[in-house]
Amino acid sequence: MAKKLPPKDVVIVGLGWTGSILAHELSAAGLEVVAIERGPWRDTATDFPPSYSADELRYVHRNDLVLRPDQETITFRHNCNEQALPIRSFGGFLPGNGVGGAGLHWNGQTFRFLPSDFRIRSHLEERYGKSFLPDEMTIQDWPISYDELEPHYDRFEKLCGTSGKAGNLRGEKQPGGNPFEGWRSSEYPNPPLKQGLGATIFASAARNTGHSPFFGPASNCSEAYVNPLGIKLGQCTYCGFCEKFGCGNYSKASPQTCILPALMRYPNFSLRTESRVTKINLDGDGRRATGVTFVDTSGEAWEQPADLVLLCAFSLFNVQLLLLSGIGKPYNPQTGMGVVGRNFAYQTIGGVTVILKDKILNPFIATGAHGMFVDDYNADNFDHSKLGFVGGGYLGAGQTGGRPIQVRPVPSGTPNWGSQWKKATAETYQRAYTLMSHGSSYTYRDRYLDLDPTYNDRLGRPLLRLTFDFHENEVKMSQYLTDRLADIARAMDPAEIEAKPRKAPYDTNIYQSTHLCGGTAMGTSPDTSVVNRFCQSWDVPNIFIPGGASVFPQQHGYPPTGTVGALAYWTAEAIRTRYLKTPRQLI
Amino acid sequence: MRALITIGLMAVATMAAVAQESQDSDQIERGRYVSILGDCSACHTKPGGRPFAGGIALRTPFGTILASNITPDKETGIGTWTEAEFISAVRDGRGHNGTRLYPAMPYTAYTKMSDDDVVALRAYMRTVVPVRNRVDANQLPFPYNIRLALAGWNLLNFRSSRFEADPTKSPDWNRGAYLVQGPGHCGTCHTPKTVIGSDKVSSALSGGVLIGWFAPSLTTDVRTGVGGWSQDEIEQYLKHGANVWTIASGPMAEVVSRSTSQMTDRDVAAIALYLKQSGITGKSSDSALISLDEPMMRVGAILYKDNCAACHKDNGTGERLLFPRLAGSPSVQSDNPTTLARVVLQGARAGSTSQFPTAPAMPAFDWRLNDAQIAAVLTYIRNSWGNAAPPVSVGSIEAQRKALATSAYRYP
Amino acid sequence: MMEMSLSERATSLEGVYSRAMPWEPGTAQPPKRIEDALWLFFSDEEACLVEAIVDRLIPSDDLGPGGKDAGCAVFIDRQLAGPYGRGAGNYVSGPFSPGTITQGYQEAASPAERYRAGLREVDRYVKAMFGGRGFPELAPNEQDHVLSNLESGIAHPLTGVCAKEFFKLILKNTMEGFFADPVYGGNRNMIGWKLVGFPGARYDYRDWVERHNEPYPFPPVGIMGSPEWKG
Repeated sequence: MAKKLPPKDVVIVGLGWTGSILAHELSAAGLEVVAIERGPWRDTATDFPPSYSADELRYVHRNDLVLRPDQETITFRHNCNEQALPIRSFGGFLPGNGVGGAGLHWNGQTFRFLPSDFRIRSHLEERYGKSFLPDEMTIQDWPISYDELEPHYDRFEKLCGTSGKAGNLRGEKQPGGNPFEGWRSSEYPNPPLKQGLGATIFASAARNTGHSPFFGPASNCSEAYVNPLGIKLGQCTYCGFCEKFGCGNYSKASPQTCILPALMRYPNFSLRTESRVTKINLDGDGRRATGVTFVDTSGEAWEQPADLVLLCAFSLFNVQLLLLSGIGKPYNPQTGMGVVGRNFAYQTIGGVTVILKDKILNPFIATGAHGMFVDDYNADNFDHSKLGFVGGGYLGAGQTGGRPIQVRPVPSGTPNWGSQWKKATAETYQRAYTLMSHGSSYTYRDRYLDLDPTYNDRLGRPLLRLTFDFHENEVKMSQYLTDRLADIARAMDPAEIEAKPRKAPYDTNIYQSTHLCGGTAMGTSPDTSVVNRFCQSWDVPNIFIPGGASVFPQQHGYPPTGTVGALAYWTAEAIRTRYLKTPRQLI
Repeated sequence: MRALITIGLMAVATMAAVAQESQDSDQIERGRYVSILGDCSACHTKPGGRPFAGGIALRTPFGTILASNITPDKETGIGTWTEAEFISAVRDGRGHNGTRLYPAMPYTAYTKMSDDDVVALRAYMRTVVPVRNRVDANQLPFPYNIRLALAGWNLLNFRSSRFEADPTKSPDWNRGAYLVQGPGHCGTCHTPKTVIGSDKVSSALSGGVLIGWFAPSLTTDVRTGVGGWSQDEIEQYLKHGANVWTIASGPMAEVVSRSTSQMTDRDVAAIALYLKQSGITGKSSDSALISLDEPMMRVGAILYKDNCAACHKDNGTGERLLFPRLAGSPSVQSDNPTTLARVVLQGARAGSTSQFPTAPAMPAFDWRLNDAQIAAVLTYIRNSWGNAAPPVSVGSIEAQRKALATSAYRYP
Repeated sequence: MMEMSLSERATSLEGVYSRAMPWEPGTAQPPKRIEDALWLFFSDEEACLVEAIVDRLIPSDDLGPGGKDAGCAVFIDRQLAGPYGRGAGNYVSGPFSPGTITQGYQEAASPAERYRAGLREVDRYVKAMFGGRGFPELAPNEQDHVLSNLESGIAHPLTGVCAKEFFKLILKNTMEGFFADPVYGGNRNMIGWKLVGFPGARYDYRDWVERHNEPYPFPPVGIMGSPEWKG
């Protein structure tokens, strides 16, 4: 029998980016807020100081900051005909764990979606006709517009101290910025990062081949910065230990560096770590959440009653928690009915490796989100009518480090070991650069999440099951994007280039970003979405999923975090200004 | 704080009449403010504990003392004390029934407090919620547990005397002097002590070691005191816990959060003014700059670049509100390197205030650098970028490392 | 709002945080230094075999020392003796099904178990092929031949061990050992880093980002320092 704790106004499941933003907003509004986090407390000086954070083995190859599969994992299959098997050791993606979540060890890329992305289906149908999209594709318009979300993008970037150069200020194109981006109300809070030689050569080549390169928008502070919460961030030192690492000198935006010092000062906020929420509890009618049940490290179960429940876990686990709690109608791919688990999306990442002649690139001098990129082939920025696919992505040069266990390219055909390998490795390391195509991942009837019938976690709960593979649309898109990237690469005057578009089948062994999206889509109708435009559950009005990537109805050609942060602020505003006075279904 | 006053005022009604003492709410509020000036809760309120209920262990060179319960509880607090006894305890070190207090209670500084202030303090302390908490105040080993000995100590070191304003100085200067010498009791930490634990009056405010930290000099010396800080910078530090030079950490972070950040702007400005114009010049040991060619400096330079520069920068300027500035820092050039050694060995978290909430932390290096390396890198920073200070000995690091390993005092 | 003091932590319950950023001295988690001592996991024979293997995977040549002198075998030994070897953190519940390769490793055996079995089978295979001579006794070109056979999967019969997969594992661990921070027992004297010009655990390149095409002049540094740290 779970022991009951004193009630709170708000219980927040998970203290990553969205949890921290909501915790701060609602604590500042005077509510009694408790956050329950599955993993441990994590802090810069004790968990990832510069003195030992620069450890590739520990953080890249032993996944020290990442969720352990024995604590929670998922099963995976490519399609309904395959048996889903557990991911026994994470490789293809790395869910966060602990305070800060994956926001602790991300790269810092902070893009906005395009205005056309928010009405993607309407836009594509208007331009190419209704029959252009494959039947099985289930992309849908977002229930909000770019214009509505713009002030919240702005707010999140200011929270992070994002470094960049605007391309469109209040409708006016700005030289040096991204000509395709949506309008911005203000310039980036920090100027662009400095660029290394590899990105500089790429940018020249891109310009010379008729593209419009721009600075990658980076939540690695180009200059020391004080954010609107009064918290100080440091200047990025280009250490080259960014993705999968915590930042040792307070220069990468994370809940730790941007929110927690201010949040922890509120006496009405408290945090429980190493506590796993196992269920959202509902009242007898099932129309109102009464709080959550969680299990602490000793295995003891507790009940935390609350008036408002915010699901701020990593995207996958938001879906799992809804399914395990019996909230919302689970998606059935056979009938097409139901919504929880529907519209799963990933990211379609390809690359081109160039080996230049006689260059000293110093690849170890890098940040997580620096680089020069082009958006000429993102979204519908180019004519798709004769190409046989929809979608797109950014292309660019943003190599995040030269850590040699992983990054030691050699010319193709070089053996994997021996003296030849050694010589090629020594000679190539300084001359090689990996470019990336970062493509969208649209959604389909047969790509979804549900509960696994066979495998359980260590608390005896069914694991989440992912059914996913790249569709022909994405494979074609990746081929095209990678070909265009190779065109630019050739203009870099390389000694050698090797193009690696993304192909099916999806390989869980190869890291391809942790951008797992969808499963609790936001939308205009309960038939096609789990939450409404305010990220409020259609089924249980006092549950919100404030902007985690699980609310994305599909994934566009940009990393999700900028939009995740913006939606968190959007949801916070809706809760503060619309919901709290009169708690009710808002739509 | 507001809640405390509310509860306190409600408790007033239940006090038995020991004497018809004032219940003027202005006076009580004044007394509350005096308790902030005096930072009574620093010793008398346990972390996470009930206000003024005592129980904190104070490590002194003579042993450990527990701070007493000064709530109005009749059995375990000071509920039966008269006003005269309270005042005598605060200003003369004589408590209930004339019991002598150890000078860990800084009556040697509080003696300077005015009548109005101590009476107000008494009025406030009567409104604090009574807490039943028995504290065994007699913890020192023999012979220090013999309180009669304090009579002798007091004879040598203590004169009960009120603050006297200097007529040649401005009212603000005098207010600052009063606060620093009296309720603020800055010298308790910042003035060096004799072997019997009394203030070295001739070296007032030139820095002192307490509970494993070196409280830096507050003299006007530029190199080691506040001479290089502007009055504004001192005010910022006291009011908000940080300035362009550094961020309060360790015991001073608590002083800021519990005491100085809650003083009025005028009082903080007065303290800053006094410290800048105290006329206490201090005498730091004249230190010749150690040449970069010295082996210790050469290794220190390499260690600095590989361990420190990513935050404190190659030129030692750090980053304000994050990484304290080492170039020109009085802390770095202190005669006594206790704080430096401690911070490098164990790390430390800076304090947080509403103006400057960041609370960054210095990571520990005890696992990475040995005693010789720490001595070298500290010697390097003490003699670079215009700094000049005596080298740090390997032995002092070794001693500090041992002390930290055994210290029960978990001060961040 | 009253300023919060560091000591006002309400942590009466473990793992509950409120009112301030916590700080406990001594809670840092640096990596533990490897002692160059006896083998902790490998038997003497296994160690001999692994040292010989890593020394062909990364041979000694004019570019510098090979895998053995770099300490790759020591690295692997310490890894297998620790949480990595145990497969700590992995999901090891059944049932077990082979699945497709892209579904990831689906067997129950931990890395430690895979090495025990793999080394045993490789030893048998070699002795069968070379008339009783073990891998360490072969000539370099013979050793390379064996490794190629393992890599391609031609090598058989290996009972209960997939040659290709085992080769991939030991190659991966060898490369880890060669390029990881020396604190883990390999990359001795940072020779792996010196091979490619990687400066190691450095953390500040602000002054060098825009110095395009200039070699970075400072020697590599590990988590436990460099020879330059000694006075």
